[in-house]
Amino acid sequence: MIYLDSAATALHRPPAVEEAMARALRTLGNAGRGAHGPALAASRLIYGVREKIAALLGVSDPARVAFTANATQALNTAIGGLIRPGDHVITTACEHNSVLRPLYRKEDQGTELTILPADSLGRMDLDALEDSLRPNTRAVVAGHASNVTGNAVDLQKVSDFTQAHGLLLIVDAAQTAGELPIDMEALGVDVLCFTGHKGLMGPQGTGGLCVREGLDIPPLLTGGSGFRSFDRAHPAELPEALEAGTLNAHGLAGLGAALDYVLERGVEDIHRAEDALARRFIAGVRSIPGVTLYGDTDAPVRAPIVTLNIGDLDAGKVSQSLWDEAEICVRAGAHCAPLMHKALGTEERGAVRFSFSCFNTREEIDRAVRAVADIAGED
Amino acid sequence: MREKKPYIVLTFHTTTEAMAMERRCGERGIPGRLIPAPREITAGCGLAWRMTPEDFAIWRPGLERLGLRFQRAVELTLC
Repeated sequence: MIYLDSAATALHRPPAVEEAMARALRTLGNAGRGAHGPALAASRLIYGVREKIAALLGVSDPARVAFTANATQALNTAIGGLIRPGDHVITTACEHNSVLRPLYRKEDQGTELTILPADSLGRMDLDALEDSLRPNTRAVVAGHASNVTGNAVDLQKVSDFTQAHGLLLIVDAAQTAGELPIDMEALGVDVLCFTGHKGLMGPQGTGGLCVREGLDIPPLLTGGSGFRSFDRAHPAELPEALEAGTLNAHGLAGLGAALDYVLERGVEDIHRAEDALARRFIAGVRSIPGVTLYGDTDAPVRAPIVTLNIGDLDAGKVSQSLWDEAEICVRAGAHCAPLMHKALGTEERGAVRFSFSCFNTREEIDRAVRAVADIAGED
Repeated sequence: MREKKPYIVLTFHTTTEAMAMERRCGERGIPGRLIPAPREITAGCGLAWRMTPEDFAIWRPGLERLGLRFQRAVELTLC
């Protein structure tokens, strides 16, 4: 089997992830719910994972890393807590539904929304940000890289705009945390939302948001905090303010082990390896008759994602053929990013997405290229 | 029965503050230990950091330099 669906979720992981999770299941109590050994072990472990995320993503205070179940919950927390009726928000056509749907909900409640269009290569015109500015603009919500095309956004340029106008910058780093270098504080990002189970190679059920100093976000969820139990209100201090209920300590144990690998190897090295595989694949399929590549495949900085169609074949049928005939795992369909598919002209049949891990090999890439060529040859 | 002694007990707003205190103090060799917050202290996260008054006097500037946050410092006699 060749797994080329890492943008959906990691399958290749450092072995330490599984070992850490098994150990956590045997040893951890409930974090923040006691001072006995297993409870403290959970609290210590989770604090250690906060430190690793802070080191990886450029957050000076680990207490400003709050864990959630996934990037979607993190984005709902940030958007739900910070955007008010009457505010104006700018986002882009490149976004995943985890950004768009919370914003549509806000729009239904009286928020004004501007969606910057993407061109036929799925690229944003960041100069259009200035033209979209209104007196009531409060925030820009942008993905760091498209989950459909792999196109990366120049966050520094977006941040220059938001900082010049005193706006909030909320970033969806679901496709880039662990895959592209990110220094949140140097970039001037206000909230960075991440998932643990993609580029960070941790387990599903882990994610979170990093919040810049001085920014308070009303919580999406309230409930058990493990302390100040007689207060009517949920505690306001980060990170527990955004972590009502028992945390997924077992999953975070796995994420912590994955982060050890990512930090030791270095995001730059992981990116180099994945980028080389993606560009090898692009070079291989580009010349196959009938193959249409989407996105800015020549851009210097990209997430390790390549999306294509073959002739006029349905994307689902292509992915089924890849699995049935070559045991290659890819994702077909709309990838939860409807506006991007409209920009690319693929809203009817979707597209086939290949996404790469640093654990994939060049031989696997070459076999995938041959499999694409075989399907194209049959068409 | 263990002898009772005076201690400075630091309380925290959050569990994360308590974890940061333990981690940073461990790294720097600052003496003390985590304990369940004594019943005399109703505020805080349920965890507390216990130091001798002498150690607290010596290390308090260091705790502040490290940016370690705590809620209150209370003198108590504990086992």
